Amino acid sequence: MNIETTIQDQIHVVRLWGQIDSRNAPVVQEKILPDVAPGTRILLDMSGVNYMSSAGLRMLLLLTRQISATDSKLVLVGLSEELADTMAITGFLPFFEAYETEAEGLIALQ
Amino acid sequence: MTVSRIDTYPTHTHAGFELRAGRPYPFGATFVPGGVNFAVFSRYATSCTLVLFEIGASRPLVEIPFPPEFRIGHVYAMVVFGLDPEGIEYGFRMDGPFNPHQGHWFDPSNILLDPFAKAISGREVWGEPPNEADIFPHRGRLVLDDFDWEADRPLEIPIEDLVIYEMHVRGFTRHFSSGLKYPGTFAAIREKIPYLLELGVNCVELMPIFEFDEFDNKFVNPETGERLKQYWGYGSVGFFAPKAGYAATGRLGMQVDEFKALVKELHAHGIEVFLDVVFNHTGEGDAEGPTISYRGLDNKTYYMLRPDGHYFNFSGCGNTMNCNNPVVRQMVLACLRYWVAEYHIDGFRFDLASILGRDQNGEPLANPPLIEVLAYDPVLARCKLIAEAWDAVGLYQVGSFPAHGRWAEWNGKYRDTIRKFLKGDMGQTAEMARRLAGSPDLYPRRGPAASINFITAHDGFSLADLVAYNEKHNWANGEEGRDGANDNYSWNCGHEGPTDDPHILTLRRRQMKNALAMLMVSQGVPMICMGDEIGHTKQGNNNTYAQDNALSWLNWDLLTENEDLFRFFQRCIAFRRAHSGLRNSRHFAHEDYLGSGYADITWHGAKAWQPDWSYHSRVLAFMLDGRHARGGAEPDDTIYVAMNMHWESHRFELPRLPRGMRWRVFANTSASPGEEIWEPGYEPLLQEQHHIWLGPRSVVILVGRAGTAVKARRKLATGTG
Repeated sequence: MNIETTIQDQIHVVRLWGQIDSRNAPVVQEKILPDVAPGTRILLDMSGVNYMSSAGLRMLLLLTRQISATDSKLVLVGLSEELADTMAITGFLPFFEAYETEAEGLIALQ
Repeated sequence: MTVSRIDTYPTHTHAGFELRAGRPYPFGATFVPGGVNFAVFSRYATSCTLVLFEIGASRPLVEIPFPPEFRIGHVYAMVVFGLDPEGIEYGFRMDGPFNPHQGHWFDPSNILLDPFAKAISGREVWGEPPNEADIFPHRGRLVLDDFDWEADRPLEIPIEDLVIYEMHVRGFTRHFSSGLKYPGTFAAIREKIPYLLELGVNCVELMPIFEFDEFDNKFVNPETGERLKQYWGYGSVGFFAPKAGYAATGRLGMQVDEFKALVKELHAHGIEVFLDVVFNHTGEGDAEGPTISYRGLDNKTYYMLRPDGHYFNFSGCGNTMNCNNPVVRQMVLACLRYWVAEYHIDGFRFDLASILGRDQNGEPLANPPLIEVLAYDPVLARCKLIAEAWDAVGLYQVGSFPAHGRWAEWNGKYRDTIRKFLKGDMGQTAEMARRLAGSPDLYPRRGPAASINFITAHDGFSLADLVAYNEKHNWANGEEGRDGANDNYSWNCGHEGPTDDPHILTLRRRQMKNALAMLMVSQGVPMICMGDEIGHTKQGNNNTYAQDNALSWLNWDLLTENEDLFRFFQRCIAFRRAHSGLRNSRHFAHEDYLGSGYADITWHGAKAWQPDWSYHSRVLAFMLDGRHARGGAEPDDTIYVAMNMHWESHRFELPRLPRGMRWRVFANTSASPGEEIWEPGYEPLLQEQHHIWLGPRSVVILVGRAGTAVKARRKLATGTG
């Protein structure tokens, strides 16, 4: 798993690659949370994620909740069809704001 | 300040794993700070070893013997620190005596599944051939149980208001005609919720969804040579785990979340979820069967044994769970509580429930402790408990199941009586009257809602086959026709099986509608069987437990072909749900206690007020007075139902309605196509109000109310006055 953060028009753009499971999910959380202050806008680009385990989904849900609790906002973009299906089927998807492309995600965060 | 626990550190190590003594309760694997608590019961074992695997690994990651000081009573309990919750599979080895004649089957070479495992791997994808060389084929997995239910909880719909739809998870959508991306799964049921809503049912009863082994079947289809499956799933491997192969995400180990998401979504649409639970036996079968869990953990506790150690077989499936052993009883209770608390299940149907009332020697108990415990349990307090009140060796308790005012029953007598009357048997009218009225003879104290009324269920013919076959045709099951019931009370309408004869086809269709009409106007709780609403045929097979194919799978194309049948079901269900008078929770008093001028229910025949109870009679009619609906608490229209199961037409004289009210036709199964049934609330006025002709083998349902025209005039009069 790789993670890269850039700032684009005051929006934190976080790109993930690889597999996310119970072993590395905490790393993602630790990498993102310290940067969150009230009003932070985060775009999580998932297009490089080819597998996400149950623990990965749980981490994402916790992350988005912690972020909204500080009046900040997180959107997901680039979910693969398989990952989006898994999230829908297991009931996780409705808790997220998700967009197909990064451009759409950026507009939603403007 | 927050107080921290001071016992979250290890006291022992084994092969690099850090350990401490665990808590003996609850049984199973439970998350505790920093680790996982494993607790397993065995009365007769002499030692126990925890076996951990990395997921899917062929050899164990580590085997950790429980040190003697980690055992309390008959429970081995240990915390293992630092485990990856989703990277681990676990089981146990048990040492102890091996002497089947004394009931002991200990063999430390077996790795055993935890009976309390909340997820089980090994059959993650339905039908994917298992690795026969696996030293641990059904493996326990750790489950977080942290699903976000938001505001959901069990719906608590009064049972008399339910219309139950019995369905098989895989069969509902597996057929390609379902057009779904993940056919045969929990996820696919979610996609078909609009269909259930259109049909109008408000409860789905799922055939077994506890983990089972679909490969547990030794029979072969004699024509194709294909090895048959355990398709229905009456043979649990684990009672706490949803079947992974029913989940689109089973491969990812997310079946728990997927099933919970389904329950939540069904609830959001007002549909309750019942589970068909099989506590009478396990998937370990008889002495020849596999040792998966119970047999190796404590055979003598979990199974009913004869004095010589052989298994009692009250289930017809090789073994019998020892349900009134106090330890097993606690397991059943813990299991049901878990499904209610963690999965928000609304009710349970207990397969061969009479076995739950047998003592440890197999004798029926007068007041079985398990039945009582379930009836009074605080967590189960508002969920529905339904007994299949018989077992496989002749204990038949329909009407006499020890109910504690809580238990309802699958009413087998209802099914048989309706079937006999429907096919024109003589001598049925008096018993029909009792069945239509909610079987007061069987449930005098419990009321009509104790009666789960059904004409067809997974066991036996489908509705389409009930009117197309006299005999079962079970050759495909590979048992030379020995399996399945012989007393089907079915009638093929003149030809066995498929035919082109238009008269026979018309009659069959009408008989299906007659059956459904009777079911939907009966007091009690109606249950319909998946596929009957669109005329699904199992080609005369009345025991398709082994048929993982088109015999069992719902063909969605039938919806177009049998659109009229579906519409008939839909409107009859809507009619029932619109009329409180059909859903009483108390038995009829057979008198006019409200001064309406009519008794709550009155019986009629070809002549009004004169029912014909004679042996040769095949006609019966009744009227429900609208004022008396639900004891007067929820007044309804007056409803009149006439049934002519004779092969000739009969003229039925109609009871006279109070002034200002008129009879309207809701259903007439012998009317021309398109006029057999109307939308509830929009029934056309009956032209001739004094009598109605019923065609051969037909049912008529009328509603009596003040006509809209009359209502409009009154309004006008009030307005100008």
